[in-house]
Amino acid sequence: MSSQALSQNNERFEVNLGPQHPATHGVLRVKLLMDGEYIVDAEPVLGYIHRMHELMGENRTWAQFLPNMGRLDYLSALSYNLGYVELVEKMAGIEVPERAEYIRVITTEMNRISSHLLWFGAFVLDLGGFTPLLYAFTDREEILDLLESVTGARLTYCYYRFGGCYNDVEDEFLSGCLAFIKRLRARMPMYHNLVTKNVILRQRLERVGPVSAEMCRKYGATGPVLRGSGVNYDVRKNEPYSIYPELDFDVPVYHEGDSMARYMVRMDEIEQCMRIIEQAIAKIPSGPVMAEKVPKMIKPEPGDYYHAVEAARGTFSIRAVSDGKNQAYRMKLRSPTFSNLSLFQEASKGMLLADALALMGSLDLVIPEIDR
Amino acid sequence: MAGYFTNILSGTKSLLVGLSITQKEFFKKPVTLQYPWESLEMTPRYRGHIQLIKDPETGSHKCISCGMCQRGCPSNCITIHSEKQEGVKGKVLVKYELDFTKCSLCGQCIENCKPSAIEFSKEYNLASTRKEDFHYDLLKRLKEQK
Repeated sequence: MSSQALSQNNERFEVNLGPQHPATHGVLRVKLLMDGEYIVDAEPVLGYIHRMHELMGENRTWAQFLPNMGRLDYLSALSYNLGYVELVEKMAGIEVPERAEYIRVITTEMNRISSHLLWFGAFVLDLGGFTPLLYAFTDREEILDLLESVTGARLTYCYYRFGGCYNDVEDEFLSGCLAFIKRLRARMPMYHNLVTKNVILRQRLERVGPVSAEMCRKYGATGPVLRGSGVNYDVRKNEPYSIYPELDFDVPVYHEGDSMARYMVRMDEIEQCMRIIEQAIAKIPSGPVMAEKVPKMIKPEPGDYYHAVEAARGTFSIRAVSDGKNQAYRMKLRSPTFSNLSLFQEASKGMLLADALALMGSLDLVIPEIDR
Repeated sequence: MAGYFTNILSGTKSLLVGLSITQKEFFKKPVTLQYPWESLEMTPRYRGHIQLIKDPETGSHKCISCGMCQRGCPSNCITIHSEKQEGVKGKVLVKYELDFTKCSLCGQCIENCKPSAIEFSKEYNLASTRKEDFHYDLLKRLKEQK
């Protein structure tokens, strides 16, 4: 042991959290400089699962890039599908039939619930509670079965197409969604009794990992992280797309900024998703699910295009530059968790390691989306 | 001091609430299946690897070897081998190679197929230690199905 390490005044040491660690949910490495149990500095190191999605977008046709969207954030793949197809529809001026818009919203919101349920289970698992994970997965399984019956896939969906959806939904799917909502509504009090009201959880989350609105602005954090810090920002309300303006839903906002606030935002969002789905199912019109005139080879007018959607973890936006060819000249994917993770270094300073893991869990990280 | 005892009381209460919930769940029916002995049926829209559709009229496939599936594929996993045969109009398919290791099941090939000659199969029990096992010849596969 070196003399420096043995000297009494220097008790700092470095710890690698990850790249393979259950609490990071993927190949994220966080270089921690510790002073005993306290974090002096935490530096996220990325790049272990980088797949060059942006470059892939630049060397294949617009339609060929579609399956990549499901591989960014595999837990709420449909939001990403939606963001991309809406961008290309904007570029090429394709009108989408109304039924297709409703189907898109219903399936995206179902996917959002499944993503939040998985986060809920995994987050409580990070904090040391195993049982809620199994209950959340039971419910999530129902959603996956429903979405599988429509899209044909369970996780990496590739369901939307430019101008509509791959295929129509049946009435069984819609009634299945309503039955599922009824079931989940009945189960939500159980989740709250088992987890939200649990004293151990409250003491581990309340006033732990405060993230101020100022810090969110600085790092560009969005989604439940931002809404947990008291900023009412939701792309579905602020820059409405698809049929969201026609639907009545609230944006849950909590002002505490601690891990508990972010937890509550997501739990409330599940309830709002259920409201959205119910309204959309009540209003869904009949008709075609694919636009009639969709060009076989899409060649958008040269220009700079941008579109943002609210994914389960925050604002997902794409900026695409077209030079009039059938491929993008530049494809920039802005993923929410990359920005949400960026604030971890500042927010975790001086925290206990166990608390910092609670903070990290409450950010809801999906590593393939951070690394793209 | 009073906070100390209320903490103990509220802690015990929340523990008991949690335990009663898990106890109720304990007596519910299991939701899992014993996989190798039981398995679920796949939905009709399940996206397995692609396969050639057997035409009931001719007993053969409908592929015209136009190569649209090959061109539409984002991952270049399809290679079509065809040849000109005497007395037959157009090209004849001799081998339909699918490299399933690269496929992401997006369905571009199926959408691009004019004569609707391919479809998703319902196979999901795929496991192997050699990647050559996932290099399929779909034409051979179709003939073996007979």
